[in-house]
Amino acid sequence: MKDALVQQEQVEMEQVALLDDVDRKIIDLTQSGLPLVSRPYENIAQRLGINSSDVISRMKAMKENGIIRRIAAVPNHYALGYKANGMTVWDVPDERISELGKKVGELDFVSHCYHRPRFLPEWPYNLFAMVHAHDHDEARKLMATIGELLGENDRGHDILFSTKILKKTGLRFNL
Amino acid sequence: MDVLDRKIINLLQAGFPLSEEPYLEVARQLGIEERELLERLSNLLDENTLSRFGPMYDAQKLGGAFSLVAVRVPEDDFDKVTEIVNSYPEVAHNYKRDHDYNMWYVLATDSPEKIAEVNSDIEKKIGMKVFNMPKLEEYYIGLRLPV
Repeated sequence: MKDALVQQEQVEMEQVALLDDVDRKIIDLTQSGLPLVSRPYENIAQRLGINSSDVISRMKAMKENGIIRRIAAVPNHYALGYKANGMTVWDVPDERISELGKKVGELDFVSHCYHRPRFLPEWPYNLFAMVHAHDHDEARKLMATIGELLGENDRGHDILFSTKILKKTGLRFNL
Repeated sequence: MDVLDRKIINLLQAGFPLSEEPYLEVARQLGIEERELLERLSNLLDENTLSRFGPMYDAQKLGGAFSLVAVRVPEDDFDKVTEIVNSYPEVAHNYKRDHDYNMWYVLATDSPEKIAEVNSDIEKKIGMKVFNMPKLEEYYIGLRLPV
């Protein structure tokens, strides 16, 4: 597994190296959002003194290599009434975690799904799936749905509700 | 928020085109004018129904390093520990959770080595073990909430 991680890191570093100054400027101009004008990519292009087709093709390339996860609207889940933010954690067999993690990640109500390290004996959980629900009962039902999907691979689980935001800063990338 | 706002949110959560006139394309799918889509989108962002609209960059691929870190903090020490942990600029988020592991913070640094440095510094200052849980593999990130 360690080799796979090193390999993945190398791939990521190569991708960073593939970005040139123009890409970095595009990232800088779009990381807080796309302009709300009829031709948003042309708007960015003009600010950089290049063609809109260049901006579009560069962003397409960044999407293909995963630097852009997706271009989309992100709802404020609190404002939409999803007030119960539950971090579900699962102890699943390591040898099956990739396959299981992908299945759990495909569920619509799961916003983040990761494999993270255990700390035995006190922390046995290796799969994390964040669920958003209107209240705690609904979140527990969603957890049960994940449990059904995992079946006998669920060797133990828990849910941690957030009770207070202690700090939240927007992530900005310094490029 | 009316039916059309909901349709806009649901459609734009799925994705947005990379083309010369992307808003026009989306407006046509919704059967509305481009100008109406732009106005509504602007309102949804202003009133914070949408927290973001645009490209979501993978910060790790841009060279950053991240980790989720858990701490078991005795309730009596919680405020003091919060103050120390939050004082680090590398701590991007910090949540209290109703569990034995009751503090969960996210570190964002420019290198993986820095994650270990900051954690060991925090451990010394708070006098408690921190559990560093970086992602080993990512299966999904994104939010698809039907509204």
